Amino acid sequence: MNGVAAGGAAGDTGGARLRPGLRGGLLALGHALALFCLLLAGTVLLLVVLAPVVLAVLSLGQFLKYQLNHGFTFDSQDSRDLLGLLLGLAVCRFVLPVTLLATRQLTMLTRRLSARWCGVPIAAAYAPRPVPARAGSRRLGYQQRMSWLLNDVSTWRDLLWLVVNVVAGWALLAAPLTMVGVGVVAFLVPGSAAFPGTAGLSGLAAPPAFPGNAPSVLLVIGVTLVALGVVTGPVALRGYGGLARLVLSPSREAELAQRVEELAQTRRETLDTGAAELRRIERDLHDGAQARLVAMGLTLDAAGRLIDTDPAAARALLYEARDASARALAELRDLVRGIHPPVLADRGLADAVRALALDSPLRVRVTGSLGRPDAAPGSPGSPGRPVRLPAPVESAAYFAVSELLANVAKHSGAEAADVDLRHSSGALRITVSDDGAGGADPSRGTGLRGVARRLAAFDGVLVMSSPAGGPTVINLEVPCELS
Amino acid sequence: MRVVIAEDLFLLRDGLIRLLEAYGFEVGAAVDNGDDFLAAVRVQRPDVAVVDVRLPPSFTDEGLRAALQARAELPGLPILVLSQYVEQLYARELLADGGGAVGYLLKDRVFDGAQFTDAVKRVADGGTAMDPEVIARLLAHSATAEGPLGRLSPREREVLSLMAEGRSNAAIAARLVVTERAVAKHTAAIFAKLDLQQSDDDNRRVLAVLAYLGR
Repeated sequence: MNGVAAGGAAGDTGGARLRPGLRGGLLALGHALALFCLLLAGTVLLLVVLAPVVLAVLSLGQFLKYQLNHGFTFDSQDSRDLLGLLLGLAVCRFVLPVTLLATRQLTMLTRRLSARWCGVPIAAAYAPRPVPARAGSRRLGYQQRMSWLLNDVSTWRDLLWLVVNVVAGWALLAAPLTMVGVGVVAFLVPGSAAFPGTAGLSGLAAPPAFPGNAPSVLLVIGVTLVALGVVTGPVALRGYGGLARLVLSPSREAELAQRVEELAQTRRETLDTGAAELRRIERDLHDGAQARLVAMGLTLDAAGRLIDTDPAAARALLYEARDASARALAELRDLVRGIHPPVLADRGLADAVRALALDSPLRVRVTGSLGRPDAAPGSPGSPGRPVRLPAPVESAAYFAVSELLANVAKHSGAEAADVDLRHSSGALRITVSDDGAGGADPSRGTGLRGVARRLAAFDGVLVMSSPAGGPTVINLEVPCELS
Repeated sequence: MRVVIAEDLFLLRDGLIRLLEAYGFEVGAAVDNGDDFLAAVRVQRPDVAVVDVRLPPSFTDEGLRAALQARAELPGLPILVLSQYVEQLYARELLADGGGAVGYLLKDRVFDGAQFTDAVKRVADGGTAMDPEVIARLLAHSATAEGPLGRLSPREREVLSLMAEGRSNAAIAARLVVTERAVAKHTAAIFAKLDLQQSDDDNRRVLAVLAYLGR
């Protein structure tokens, strides 16, 4: 899936359910193993983050202690301590930003896996990347980067998580794995001597030395251990997810701060878009209808002067004025269509999209409806009284579909497209799909990003899937209520 | 010929009355909303009704809905719908009952009094009067390069457009400054290329073409 980021409403809304049963247990063990590997990687990362810091601090301490004990002199011991200090600082200088960002990637992966494997979704609330201070540069300066990372409480949460992992997290993952591992290696393998013909296998591991360690007893203990491991696997996994959530999930304050930041941004963009639209309308009126009306006035004036002396010429001028007024009307019509399409005003989104489909050069099928099938006659949602969405949402959704269909016609090589409209669980959901070549890249054109931006003002999201070879499917989702 | 007019803007209503009377129509009633319009056509049974799409109280497609209802109550009642803009969706709804005797024109078309009253008469006689803009959009929508429409010559497309607007062969000939025989030849070619049944009846011919374009 190729997600175009827009707003933060969607994303992982809920974690996957853990599957019960033997299959689920075995799957959980596999996931635990993978998470354990991730944990090891995190531990290495933690060491890389800590090592230079520890080195620098220790060297500084040594240096100061030596200075205090031996008076303020300078000898080979000093130079060794100072070298350690400098080395530590230098490594911090060059490695720390990279390792901190790597830590962030790692915890983001943990969040995703926690939702998918442990059934525990964890939100993220990192401070947004600041705008580079140096004009014209896209890279952040060192200071700016470090203050961005270090002032973000989430960074410290990430590091804390690496520590918690080392202290406690591993035990949760290791417990079921160990039970299964020990059960197989220490008991089942030597216990297999109970069956004839497996002498080679049972010879691989010596039976544990305790009284009554007959092969059959070993088998029973082994099977019990493995079963215990398989059963506790999902529980341990969920516990691990819970632990991760405890450490990683952002505070309410951080979540709110992120939301405020998002709202500020979408508001800024909405205002910018609105202002640009007004400028465009003003320019269109100024250069179009207004200019034509001025010309018409002049033409009519000329006709008035000629009407006695040259009626034929006056008549020609009058016709000219009439044609100019028709052209002015046509321009105003186009302008109105761009501001608020008439069918949308008259009938609402569903019919407006149907009208769009009729005007498209493609074969467009419109399915779904925004009505309420169980609506009583005369109430909103019954035939004849279409259900209306909030006007701004309606308009944004209409122009989104219009832009998407125009894109399909222009770029995809498709012959047919489908638009599906429906309202469910408090959100307007629109799917636009085509039978074209696929491979659409949201980062290339500004159209898709513009659509996503406009929807973001309503906490709406646009998600696109467009594998090479097609088909392209675009899902729009805008939270809103029907009226 | 008696007309009922529904138009909410006083200036336009007044203008329409004067224009139609100047061309010899008798204006039975001129109202400014959908309910009054329905009442007027029920009582008057006019030869033709001229309705604005946007009427009070909702100022949406009230006029169109009133027109459709009037047609449902009085089948075959000739209705010409005027609008500040034209939409294929609305054109389809008007044509949906397949009975003809409908028109759908931009309001600007009243500027040319002769052509406009000609359209009103055509609708009153059971014909159709579709705005050139509707037809242009219909053609643009259904004209894929490989389709049968792509095989029409430019002149044939021109004839097809005029025919779809609802004009007779004689009117098309006058418009294109050719003989009626030449137009008949073009029409025959068009119907052959589109694989449509030729019909001697002008109205049925127009409806066939519109149905073809509106597929």
